Amino acid sequence: MRNPLSKVVKEIQPSGIRKFFDIVSEMKDAISLGVGEPDFDTPWHIREEGIYSLEKGKTFYTSNAGLKELKIEICNYMKRRYQMEYDFNKETIVTVGGSEAIDIALRAMLDPGDEVLIPQPSYVSYLPCTVLAGGVPVVIELKGENEFKLTREELLSAITEKTKVLILPFPNNPTGAIMDYDDLKSIVDVIIEKDLYVISDEIYSELTYGKQHVSIASFPGLKERTIVINGFSKSYAMTGWRLGYAVGPSIIIEQMIKIHQYAIMCAPTNSQYAGIEALRNGDSDVEMMRDAYDKRRRYLVHALRKMGMECFEPFGAFYVFPCIKKFGMTSDEFATKLLQEEKVAVVPGTAFGDCGEGYLRISYAYSIENLKIALERMEEFVTRLNKNN
Amino acid sequence: MREKVLAAIDKNSKLTPEDLAIMLGSTPEEITRLIKELEDETVICGYPTLINWDKVQCERVTALIEVKVTPQRGLGFDKIAERIYKFDEVQSVYLMSGGFDLTVIIEGKTMREVANFVSVKLAPMEAILSTATHFVLKKYKEHGLPLVQEKRDERMLITP
Repeated sequence: MRNPLSKVVKEIQPSGIRKFFDIVSEMKDAISLGVGEPDFDTPWHIREEGIYSLEKGKTFYTSNAGLKELKIEICNYMKRRYQMEYDFNKETIVTVGGSEAIDIALRAMLDPGDEVLIPQPSYVSYLPCTVLAGGVPVVIELKGENEFKLTREELLSAITEKTKVLILPFPNNPTGAIMDYDDLKSIVDVIIEKDLYVISDEIYSELTYGKQHVSIASFPGLKERTIVINGFSKSYAMTGWRLGYAVGPSIIIEQMIKIHQYAIMCAPTNSQYAGIEALRNGDSDVEMMRDAYDKRRRYLVHALRKMGMECFEPFGAFYVFPCIKKFGMTSDEFATKLLQEEKVAVVPGTAFGDCGEGYLRISYAYSIENLKIALERMEEFVTRLNKNN
Repeated sequence: MREKVLAAIDKNSKLTPEDLAIMLGSTPEEITRLIKELEDETVICGYPTLINWDKVQCERVTALIEVKVTPQRGLGFDKIAERIYKFDEVQSVYLMSGGFDLTVIIEGKTMREVANFVSVKLAPMEAILSTATHFVLKKYKEHGLPLVQEKRDERMLITP
């Protein structure tokens, strides 16, 4: 029999998170700080709207690009929050989570051999999606001393004649880093000069602390070369609804709709109705959750520093990314040992790229009570490590 | 900062000044001072515990009583409200708009005890025109916190 598998697919590594998940799920009563989704339930008024849409019998396909009302609300939101104007008809597509938007944006833009710049540590799907779209991933290893922001120099040195797309994953999962106005400004002219396109994954845009999120697309000359990806998962605690969107130049969005049309049809209808309610009446929910995350963030950073862990202050998403290099273990060893000895699960930084070595991703999408217990256990662990060293 | 402190302890009064200082970006001294201030101004009036009495072997009944009263000249409803809330059995008293004047929430050990209170103490008061007593059958949510279901974390343990 012939080999049934594609060589390209076989070459792709399974996610590093998967491996750790298998270990954790066998452990009884482990406390996990390893989750990449909000702990809040979707606000009731949003869920209720989803239920109501079912009651009304909204159980059919919507148009490929998504419900008109939802696309209008998305454009209103982009204008209200980020002062950016998009045409709901030509420049907007509703997707199955931000993940699908990443995939189809890459597929719409890449020809074989085109290079895609992927700053790491970052979300696990950029690299495999690039490969699946026939592109060549070029990893930019972000550095702890820059608080994991992308610098102008790093960007310049990674660009070749084949570079076509830059992925900009900020606010960042797993580091919690953000790129503020000045950070973005320093790379804008490089992008224009080198004629790059940007896929800006802004799924955590509502979760920044102290500073309002700035989109790269809001800089002059960048809107026409940027696909902005966002969604409902993080801001409205709607991960399971699988609802995201992309806005950008119509020439790209049109092709994304084509792929989406053949591969997906449309995003779940009930989720789309719930999404309309979220964008219309969900601002105060977002604020409440942001406020709660912010308290936990301060609490976690303080506790980690107190136990002698080096960590920079993250201003976005819901992760802290402490450095564990001084303990003389790899991220994987540290995380495994912490799990075995204290039953606390965190994710090794290497799950998000090789340059995550020496770091851990700790999520604060947990109640303060939960964090307290986990941190007490971690402190005991660290104290023991210090004694033995 | 005062509002922030109040919002933080509204749902959890057990947070220590140290915890609050970390979470709100302040110092324990400032938080302690603010809380003292808020207590002195009776902005913070107490720190009760939210108990689901249904879960322990301890009989308790709660009744909500709609009361119609004649307001007194110069004193409005305040005087009569005070006469009512001074009773230990009375948990809450609210002045209402609409079809009746005061909502009185009473807690007692038995239904008889509550009925007794209404017929002997409350109803005969001069200013009171009428009462309508509703017994609470089950409490689902109080002070913004659900009392019934226990929330389990349904998320997978590790996700990207």
